[in-house]
Amino acid sequence: MLIKRSSCYRVAVVMVLGMLACHTNTRPPVSDWPSRFGFGKTATSRQIDSLNISIAPDGKGLPSGSGNAATGRTIYLAKCAACHGETGAEPTPNRLVAPMGDTSRVKTIGNYWPYATTVFDYIRRAMPFNAPGSLSNEEVYSLTAFLLYRNEVIDSTVLLNAVNLPKIVMPAKKYYVDDDRRGGNEVR
Amino acid sequence: MTLDDKENEDKENTGKKIPRRTMLRAAAVSAAAALMGASGVQRAPGAGQPAGSNARTGNTPGTADLSGAAPNGNDTTQIYADPTKNTGTLPGKLGTRSPYEQPVKKPSDISSRTPFQDLYGIITPSDLHFERSHAGVPRIDPEKYELLIHGMVERPMVFSLRDLKRFPAVSRIAFIECSGNFRSGKETMTAQEICGLTSQSEWIGVMLSTLFREVGVHPKATWFLAEGSDAAVMTRSIPVEKGWKDAMIAYGQNGEAIRPEQGYPARLFLPGWEGNTNVKWIRRIELSDQPFMTREETSKYTETIRDHKIRQFSFDMDARSIITYPSFPQQVEKGWIEIRGIAWSGRGKIDRVEVSTDAGKHWQKAVLQEPVLDKAHTYFRHLWYWDGKPTEIMSLAVDDTGYRQPTMKQLIQARGTDMGGYHVNPVTAWQLKGDGTVLFKPEKWK
Repeated sequence: MLIKRSSCYRVAVVMVLGMLACHTNTRPPVSDWPSRFGFGKTATSRQIDSLNISIAPDGKGLPSGSGNAATGRTIYLAKCAACHGETGAEPTPNRLVAPMGDTSRVKTIGNYWPYATTVFDYIRRAMPFNAPGSLSNEEVYSLTAFLLYRNEVIDSTVLLNAVNLPKIVMPAKKYYVDDDRRGGNEVR
Repeated sequence: MTLDDKENEDKENTGKKIPRRTMLRAAAVSAAAALMGASGVQRAPGAGQPAGSNARTGNTPGTADLSGAAPNGNDTTQIYADPTKNTGTLPGKLGTRSPYEQPVKKPSDISSRTPFQDLYGIITPSDLHFERSHAGVPRIDPEKYELLIHGMVERPMVFSLRDLKRFPAVSRIAFIECSGNFRSGKETMTAQEICGLTSQSEWIGVMLSTLFREVGVHPKATWFLAEGSDAAVMTRSIPVEKGWKDAMIAYGQNGEAIRPEQGYPARLFLPGWEGNTNVKWIRRIELSDQPFMTREETSKYTETIRDHKIRQFSFDMDARSIITYPSFPQQVEKGWIEIRGIAWSGRGKIDRVEVSTDAGKHWQKAVLQEPVLDKAHTYFRHLWYWDGKPTEIMSLAVDDTGYRQPTMKQLIQARGTDMGGYHVNPVTAWQLKGDGTVLFKPEKWK
C-alpha cells in the first residue's frame, strides 16, 4: 500500500490539532479571564454526603441493607397500593407490573425498564408521592425486590442488596439503542 | 424615588379624605349606568388575529372578565363608552393586561400549555411559559439556595445564588420544548392543545463552562448528573460535552428573576435539547464517567421505534412549525389573509418555512421575520388571497442542517406504527371551511 510520507505528516498535524481542540474546553472564553474567579466555597465531604443520593447502573452509590419480596409486599400494600393498585398490575395510570411478553402493551418495570438500579433510585428519591424521601433503605430494597419479583425478573426468595441488585439483567435492556437522529435531510 | 414623588405620595396619604379611588369608583358607577342599554360596550377582538375578523369566543379567552382589580389598587376593569371623557387609571406598581385580553395556560395534572393562538412574535410572556413538573413547583428561599458541583472534579464546590451572579453573565434567546409536545385526536383543537409545550424566553445566567473551569472538571469525565430540588428530586444525565459547549445555569428570564414554575432561583438551560433535560431548581451536578440511567432517561423520555427498539438519549429537538393564524377557534373571511406562525429547530437556525394553501399540493416560501436566531422560535408570514373555497393550509420548517419537518406519514414510515409519543413533530394542517371556520386536521396515528 502506498502512503506518501507527506500524507503521514499531514495526518500527524491533523491529529495534533485535533488534540489541541479537545483541550480548548478548559481555556477561558475571554483571554483576560483569570484561571479561577474564586467565587463559591469548597464543598466539605459532609455537605456532599448529605446531598449525594445518586446510584449508578454498576451499583456505585447503593447503600448497605437488604430486603425481600415478602417484606416488600407488606410495605407496598401500606404505602403504594393506593395509587398503583393492590398487585401493581391493575390498569392504573401508574401501572408497575406487566412481565415481558404481557399483551397489555403498557410500559412497566418488567417490559421496559433497562436497569434494576433505577427502580431502587427512583423509589428512594421520589416515592411515595405523598411522602417523598420518607422510606428507609431497607424498605426500598424490599419494595424493589417485590416489584422485580412481581414482574418475573427475580425469584421470591432473593434477598436483594448492594451486591446482587446491579447484577440483575433486565429483560428490556437488549432493546435499548442510542439516538440515531443526526439532522440533515433524513427522517429517523 | 425623587423628592417630587415622595411629596406627591405624602399628599396622597395625608390629604383630603376623598381618596382618588373613591372618586374613580363614583365615576365608574355613573359610567356604568350610562352604559346600560347603550351600545357603548364593545366586544374585544379575539387576540392573536387582525382586528375586523370575528373571534369565536365560546371556549376561548377573549371575552372580558370585568371582576378583577389591579394589584396597585386602581380599578382597571371599568369600561367607559368614551375613554376621552373620563380620567384613566393612574400609574401603578405592576402592569396589567387589558381586561379584553385574557390569554391563559391550559393546565392538566402534570403540565400547562402556552396559548399560541393568542400570542404574537417570538417571546413567550413569562406567566404564559409552559410548565411541566414531576412533583409540583417547590418554593425555594434564594438566601438558602446552593448549587453543589462534585464528582470527577479537582475541587468540589458549593455556589450560592449570589456567587452564581458574580460570574460573567450571558444572555440567550432560545426556546425550551417538552419532547412529549404533540397531541391530536379531534378537529376542535387549538395550537395550544396541539403543541403548547414549547415556549421562548431570554435566559440570563452563567455559562456552565465557566463553573466547570472553576471546579476543574476531570478530563475523563464524560457525563454529569443534573439534580433538581423538587419533591421528585428530578435527575437527568447529560454529556459533559454539552456542558462545555453551550449549557447555562440560568437565574434570569425576560428581564427578571426566573419564575418559580421555570426553576426559581436557578435552572439548567440546554439550548435545543428536550425540555426534561433542562433541570429546574437545580441543586447538584455530579461529574462522572458513565450515565446514571435515571428513571426519566430510561422508563420515560425514551421512544419505541422499529423492530421493538427503544431509542434513548434523544436530546435534540428536531425542526417544527405551526400556523397560529388562522387556527382554531379563529374565524376568517374571504379575501387577503396573512398566514402567521412560528418555526423552530433544536439543531440550529430556521433556514426557511414553506407554506401550502392547497392541502400540500404546492408550497411557497414564507417570509421569515428577523431575528432568526439559533435554536429559537422564528416568526413567519405568508400573504395569501383566499377565494373562499374550502381548503387546507399547512407549514413545513427546514433548518440549516437541511432537515425538513416530516409529515406524520413519514414519521410512521421511519419509526413504525408502534412509535412512542416523544419527538413527534409532524406538519400540522388546518382546514378552512366555506363559512370561514378553521378546524384542526387530526392526524391518524394510533
